[in-house]
Amino acid sequence: MAEMTDTKQATGTLASERPPEAAGRGDAGDVSAGGGWDLAAIRAQFPILSREVHGHPLAYLDNAASSQQPLRVLNRVERYLREEHANVHRGVHQLSAEATEAYEGARRSVAAHAGTRDPAEIVFTRGTTEAVNLVASSWGDAFIGAGDEIVLTKMEHHSNLVPWQLLAGRTGCKLGFVDVTSEGTLDLDDYDRLLGKRPRLVACTHVSNSLGTVNPVREIVDRAHAAGALTLIDGAQAAPHMLTDVAKLGCDFYAFSSHKMCGPTGVGALWARRELLEEMPPYQGGGEMISDVKLERSSWAKVPHKFEAGTPNISGVVGFGEAARFLADLGSEAIASHEDALKRAVFERLDEIEGLHLYGPREGRTAVFSFTYGDIHPHDLSTILDQRGIAIRAGHHCNQPLMDHYGISSTARASFYFYNSPREIDVLCEGLALAAEVFGGIA
Amino acid sequence: MIEPRSEPPGTIDREIPSSLNQLYQEVILDHYRKPRNKGHLDGATHAITMNNPLCGDVIELMLRVEGGSIAEARFLGRGCSISLASASMLTGRVRGKSLEQALELSRKFTHLLHGEGALLSDDDLGDLRTLAGVSKFPVRIKCALLAWNCLEELGDGTDADGGSG
Ligand SMILES: Cc1ncc(COP(=O)(O)O)c(C=O)c1O
Repeated sequence: MAEMTDTKQATGTLASERPPEAAGRGDAGDVSAGGGWDLAAIRAQFPILSREVHGHPLAYLDNAASSQQPLRVLNRVERYLREEHANVHRGVHQLSAEATEAYEGARRSVAAHAGTRDPAEIVFTRGTTEAVNLVASSWGDAFIGAGDEIVLTKMEHHSNLVPWQLLAGRTGCKLGFVDVTSEGTLDLDDYDRLLGKRPRLVACTHVSNSLGTVNPVREIVDRAHAAGALTLIDGAQAAPHMLTDVAKLGCDFYAFSSHKMCGPTGVGALWARRELLEEMPPYQGGGEMISDVKLERSSWAKVPHKFEAGTPNISGVVGFGEAARFLADLGSEAIASHEDALKRAVFERLDEIEGLHLYGPREGRTAVFSFTYGDIHPHDLSTILDQRGIAIRAGHHCNQPLMDHYGISSTARASFYFYNSPREIDVLCEGLALAAEVFGGIA
Repeated sequence: MIEPRSEPPGTIDREIPSSLNQLYQEVILDHYRKPRNKGHLDGATHAITMNNPLCGDVIELMLRVEGGSIAEARFLGRGCSISLASASMLTGRVRGKSLEQALELSRKFTHLLHGEGALLSDDDLGDLRTLAGVSKFPVRIKCALLAWNCLEELGDGTDADGGSG
């Protein structure tokens, strides 16, 4: 397949053979971030990146909301739909067997991305949101009671907050929130204080979607376990940038979404330790998740199928699997090194702009930048940048409590991915200069 | 490593696109930076707070209605230039009107935002006409309408007891 060959070309030079200086600097930004990263070839695999918006080349800087999909993923999904589609797990005919193999093959790829050897520990969901809801409903309703404590943090995405509020409403459990420092990191002393209440669960994001903060997950997990709590990590913003190793992280549940890591929307995964999945009651009832059904009562299929009631999003899962393989072929070190270089360049450029305030830590973070610019409201910034083809996000980023913490209602957010180019940083800065001009200066 | 600035950006386009010039007219920026009638209204007979849940913008609109007409209108809130300028202009334009007339103005303004060019010659809209540029930016129409949504809620009498909702 042509697209496979493309990828091999793009990834074949990833080994650090080429000196970093050997960087080209064309308009596509085919710049090496050290280690022979052929950005032009990588960008060529993402058809959408070559479109124009309002007469300007698209500069897509909204990756924390959703990333774009490479040809490899698009083609794999199309091939599945054209040639392999049938319902999974139900038929003996050839297509059903092929569809089931595609679906279960994707589970193996996603398991590899999460760092587990046991694909049965991967439950496919609609995304991170549903993965968290699954745990809150299934595990929560079974094991949490009135007066139990659950520890969250003040930087959680609403999807790792509201499901626990609902659980608290159902069970009478209590929620505690780890404070965030002015720098944008978790206050671990405050965390220890909350652990003193002997919580049953700590649910915490791996990477903050608005500040970019990479939380010390291993440390958080170890302290939680020492206090007798299980841990759920929201990996929505981490899985796109790093190969996860759930064994190294030591956590009990890990949730992530396909569409933020080059895969389709509407699909994601919950990883959980097998014993936990086995103890937990089903999340939803229906076909696919049963072993034996009588009129009065049924028994459940084995994990993970116990948690996958009904016909799943098969083509989405197939695309998700291909995306996981695509990222594995790029290599998480190569991705990290390019993103690091972009990050340093963004800091260097944005630091120079008077009136621009960046949120989040300087170190230990991903390339997602929340900022405010003088008195120009983030919405206005976003509208102005959009006229130059620059896609950024403005708002509270589903982090309202965090915004309240900083005493603001919204920020502008530019979030980069491995296919972004240094040229796009220039374009962003030019767009900001235009915004200042439209507003007659920065107040 | 990358040196983004060693390549002078080739095509810096310093000209402000006309759509942006139409959207961000001086009058609008002036209302944004120096909002009229901003602050708490003592003795308000009507008040309501509405937000835009997608972006976190909030406007509280307060009216003092005396003898059937709006004697004073003030607002509080936070938001973008479009939503605050629109709120600021609203408080000026509705003064002296009955609630019914204010709602009529609201309807006209909504049509203006949806591109009804004939309204540009309607003096009743006054400086609100400078917001007509919003019609080219459909996603921003909800910003321009936030304060007016408050007015319509108040006009519907759902919250006419002065409480804030
Ligand atoms: C940190 C974090 N958690 C959870 C989510 C929710 O992901 P999804 O909408 O794919 O379920 C997001 C994405 O918006 C996120 O950034």
